[in-house]
Amino acid sequence: MRTHFFADTSVLLGRSMRHIFRSADTIITTAITPIALMLLFVYVFGGAIRTGTENYVNYLLPGIMLIAIASGIAYTAVRLFYDMQSGIFERFQSMPIARSSVLWAHVLTSMVANGLSLVIIVLVALAMGFRTSASLLAWLAIVGILTLFTLALTWLAIIAGLTAKSVDGAGGFSYPLIFLPFISSAFVPTATMPGPVRAFAENQPVTSIVNTIQDLFGQRPVGSDIWVALAWCLGILVLAYFFAAAAYRRRVS
Amino acid sequence: MTNASTTREPSIRVRSVEKSYKDLHVLRGVDFDVAPGSIFALLGSNGAGKTTMVKILSTLLKTDAGTATVNGFDVATHPLRVRESISLTGQFAAVDEILSGRENLVLVARLRHLENPREVADELLARFNLADAALRKVSTYSGGMRRRLDIAMSLIGHPKVIFLDEPTTGLDPEARIDVWQIIKDLATQGTTVLLTTQYLDEAEQLAERIAILHQGRIIANGTLAELKQLLPPAKAEYVEKQPTLEDVFLALVGNEGKAATTAATSKEQS
Repeated sequence: MRTHFFADTSVLLGRSMRHIFRSADTIITTAITPIALMLLFVYVFGGAIRTGTENYVNYLLPGIMLIAIASGIAYTAVRLFYDMQSGIFERFQSMPIARSSVLWAHVLTSMVANGLSLVIIVLVALAMGFRTSASLLAWLAIVGILTLFTLALTWLAIIAGLTAKSVDGAGGFSYPLIFLPFISSAFVPTATMPGPVRAFAENQPVTSIVNTIQDLFGQRPVGSDIWVALAWCLGILVLAYFFAAAAYRRRVS
Repeated sequence: MTNASTTREPSIRVRSVEKSYKDLHVLRGVDFDVAPGSIFALLGSNGAGKTTMVKILSTLLKTDAGTATVNGFDVATHPLRVRESISLTGQFAAVDEILSGRENLVLVARLRHLENPREVADELLARFNLADAALRKVSTYSGGMRRRLDIAMSLIGHPKVIFLDEPTTGLDPEARIDVWQIIKDLATQGTTVLLTTQYLDEAEQLAERIAILHQGRIIANGTLAELKQLLPPAKAEYVEKQPTLEDVFLALVGNEGKAATTAATSKEQS
């Protein structure tokens, strides 16, 4: 008895990608709020913000990307929630397919959809004056960290999608995640913040990720931030995967 | 379809199955057999445990105690074999609203690893009278169309056993008769059908055997004739035979051929 994990996952991935392209608003709304924030901060507040860098778009872009990912994964939770509600999840689970492919298809869809909205955001940032001399290796490192961050948050979204009682609950869990970059080094250097806020900002995951990506874009040495960032992402990923698997088992016991 | 299957293994065998959700004992020791190629109705009011039983048989829930086999495979030890043998049509039409009807069918055919998913889809669209709506999003379908598509999706891959959990709840009378005809055709072709319903006339119309599930136990199980014998012999009373509202409705909307197949009485229990 063998199942067809890859074949089944790709069929189901095709299905969710159709959902995304048929409601193109998913990608556009995911990209538009971060772009609006980027415009607001660069052209309204930016003139008064002292970051120690000449180009504020360069400084801002990493944080904007994290906000985009945090809001994009809310759609993953909502899509999974609707599948659970409509009964199609149960149909898939009662079919002779690799059962885990149902969740993995949602995870991969989340990766692709977030990747697309990040591409749009980077293009807009380029138009607004974003410039980088990052090497190919630095770009690969940036893509790697963003992928890991998206994967970790996507598994958090899977927990929300599996356990939510309402669609608002499924989507609403992402608000704190969207808010985290504001209390980090994403918009202003943490040095200007009062003690307790600064302590929080410097010890939450977003700051280390933002610092790492800022350094990679600026061709500066990344220091220890990259290890802290990777530890946060991996830690969240492992915990979220564990709790998602537990939530999934509770659905089928 | 006579019941010549008494010597064969039952298609579904349920023994002492128990299931609780926390303190709520939904199933308290359920036993029944379903013969291959027959239609078996599990009758019960809301909350009697019908859906729980179907979920156990379709490997979506695990039992707390007891055993259940489907097509000879134990649901606990060989769930994948069971899934190869069955299809589930749940209480709410499990269709993808954003895809078209045809895409839904192709999706299921692909997941069943069939060679020619498109041909399978087109054949079912024609058979279930959905060819005209094939390319429309399912979110534009009526309840009856949705249910027909749902059942069509369940037939892909020719499963030996089909579970239909309240297949006509929420359908209008015409759509209901359509679904009844589909179910009868399935059994004629040798598929075993386990149907749950809260409508007495539906069980009466379709099922060769009817089991009544009440407070987590099967309190009666037999053919309609056997169940009728549980009551004192019928008294002969002469009453004027009035057309039911269903007869009137179907006559007015012009459904002559189908109206003949409905029961004379249609008491909707809820």
